[in-house]
Amino acid sequence: MFKIIVCIKQVPMVSELPWDSKTGTLKRELAQGMMDPASRRALEAALRIKEDRAGEDQETHITVISMGPEMAREILYEAKALGADNGVLLSDRKMAGADTFLTSFILAEYIKKESPDFDLLLCGSQTSDSETAQVGPQLAGELLIPAMGYVQSIELDDGMVRVQRHVDDFMELLEMDLPGLLTIDQGAYSPRYVALEGIERAFHTDDIRTVNAGDLGLDRDFNALKDSPTRIIDVYSPATRKENQVLKGAVKKVVGQLFDEYGKIISGAMGKDLKTHDHEGAK
Amino acid sequence: MTGTKDIWVLGDYRNYFHSRVTLQILARAAGLSAKTGGRVCALVFGDHVDEYVNEYIAHGAETVYVIDDPALKDYSVENYSFLMTRLVKEFKPETLLVGATRFGQEIAPRVAKYLKTGLTADCIDLDIDAKGRLVQIAPSFGGNLIAKIITPEKRPQMATIRPGTFQELKHDNDAEGEVIRLPLPSDLPAKKIRCIRSEYKPSRNRKLEEADIVIIGGRGMGSKRKFKKLFELAELVNGEVGATRPVVYADWISHDALVGQAGKHVKPRVLFSFGVSGAIQHTAAVTDADFIVAINKNPNATMMKMADVAIMADANQVCSGIIRAVKEKIRD
Ligand SMILES: Cc1cc2nc3c(=O)[nH]c(=O)nc-3n(C[C@H](O)[C@H](O)[C@H](O)COP(=O)(O)OP(=O)(O)OC[C@H]3O[C@@H](n4cnc5c(N)ncnc54)[C@H](O)[C@@H]3O)c2cc1C
Ligand SMILES: Nc1ncnc2c1ncn2[C@@H]1O[C@H](COP(=O)(O)O)[C@@H](O)[C@H]1O
Repeated sequence: MFKIIVCIKQVPMVSELPWDSKTGTLKRELAQGMMDPASRRALEAALRIKEDRAGEDQETHITVISMGPEMAREILYEAKALGADNGVLLSDRKMAGADTFLTSFILAEYIKKESPDFDLLLCGSQTSDSETAQVGPQLAGELLIPAMGYVQSIELDDGMVRVQRHVDDFMELLEMDLPGLLTIDQGAYSPRYVALEGIERAFHTDDIRTVNAGDLGLDRDFNALKDSPTRIIDVYSPATRKENQVLKGAVKKVVGQLFDEYGKIISGAMGKDLKTHDHEGAK
Repeated sequence: MTGTKDIWVLGDYRNYFHSRVTLQILARAAGLSAKTGGRVCALVFGDHVDEYVNEYIAHGAETVYVIDDPALKDYSVENYSFLMTRLVKEFKPETLLVGATRFGQEIAPRVAKYLKTGLTADCIDLDIDAKGRLVQIAPSFGGNLIAKIITPEKRPQMATIRPGTFQELKHDNDAEGEVIRLPLPSDLPAKKIRCIRSEYKPSRNRKLEEADIVIIGGRGMGSKRKFKKLFELAELVNGEVGATRPVVYADWISHDALVGQAGKHVKPRVLFSFGVSGAIQHTAAVTDADFIVAINKNPNATMMKMADVAIMADANQVCSGIIRAVKEKIRD
């Protein structure tokens, strides 16, 4: 039996939100949770390994775990509908506000306690809501296992994996002993989707376990927000305002104005001469 | 045990392009150490690395810690994270900065974990507060906001920084620096990762970063079909096309056209920005443009506020309008 654990996160749908074409602003009220696109690719990698092995009559077991609020249960059901065997939600008030240091700590505590005999651990390379790309490497650091990031393809081979990846302009072929962790690149393992009925069916099977801080044996006074080594001291919106010129009106008019006044700058950057319209010597 | 005030920068020299990020961070570190005291130091691991040691000194490193050994021939997260952790424990720098190359992004979180300290990803600026602490300035998740983050107790204070964020210092051949050569520790752990092949393959083109005219299309372009107009314009003006994240997610253009925190940093003479709202994760990577023309239906979009010329109109129509105008005006 080959045991895979996939860490998946629920993220807000902010960057995929539709905008109001009248006002040109985002319809934020439509923000809802979805499976982080990178986590989805990690899950896809696990599913393909499982399918390949099934073709050779070999068993694979996939556990998906997510740390997050109660709502994150949804993506665990979705993962089960897609083919994961087991889903676990790590959820507790005391876990809220965890930075990557503590997120990886909590995920590792669960794994050490409940599934220490895993073979392969998969994460997305970076989440769409924070994009730190830190949880994967830190989880491996916590478990003291080898890890490789930005993986594009995985091949299993007796006690190890061979992977291909493209990092910093190097195409690499690497071998890693198992157990180990891989993070899956954003361009790899195009994910499958599941029909809504499938997710609903998974909902009815109702076997997503919830694990809280006490179950993990964390200290009574454990508090992820307080215990995080970093602290936000200020949040502000960037000052971006420039003294600028606003052009409005008919397209033909504004484009004309643009070239009349700034044609030189544009043609200079183009490296081509442009006629500065009819009135000669325009600045 | 109290540490030093030193600021360390990981020497990520693997290829010339990415090695610039080390030089850029060294420059900023020099500015920070002027406020805190302490030295600016670079860390160099590898086999036959003198050329990089000299390069870092010429670009502002006062001290370079070097471990030069054939065993370090390959760039390896396992070895580097072990060595960095070891040296930090021994020499106790106050701050440790790493370039956000992919290698840097694999290694920094591991080192932070081993040292049980915090790490802020993708800083767009660094500063020192009244108490002499490192202020790590980074886009905060989700909204259009910037957060100031500190590491109140744990040391070193750690951050990663995207290539292109800071300006490197001029190469100074006369600069002098101290070089501290250290032996390879005898207890380097057995490798669990083996490199079978590693080929230099700069497939992501650099045209976007080097172009004098960059044309960025956002979701306001409306559809994949309409987005294609931008390529026509680009060809006409010798420009390159970039995009925002929703656009690459929607597959209107390939992922390597992404401009922003997660993508490329551009510095054209003229930037055209069509239908882009101007989220901080995007704008952080376009502020070096000399001249910005933004086109948006919404005059209050951030991108419009930071443009030199803000055209309040439909992005597709203006794109076609500019194409027409340029065709008319090109002297043949
Ligand atoms: C951790 C993280 C990292 C991120 N990294 C990046 C990154 O590297 N790069 C990046 O780009 N984004 C990144 N993002 C996403 C970023 O926050 C924004 O969501 C994104 O940049 C918005 O893209 P947009 O401007 O194309 O879309 P929108 O925000 O939807 O804006 C569309 C704009 O088009 C205008 N518009 C609509 N119709 C028209 C029309 N017909 N004519 C003219 N204008 C029109 C609207 O008024 C609006 O201003 C990141 C987000 C997170 C959370
Ligand atoms: N709260 C979480 N629960 C489960 N997995 C997570 C969580 N946060 C991050 N991950 C995993 O770590 C990857 C990278 O996240 P990040 O470091 O936040 O960019 C994600 O794609 C997930 O696979």
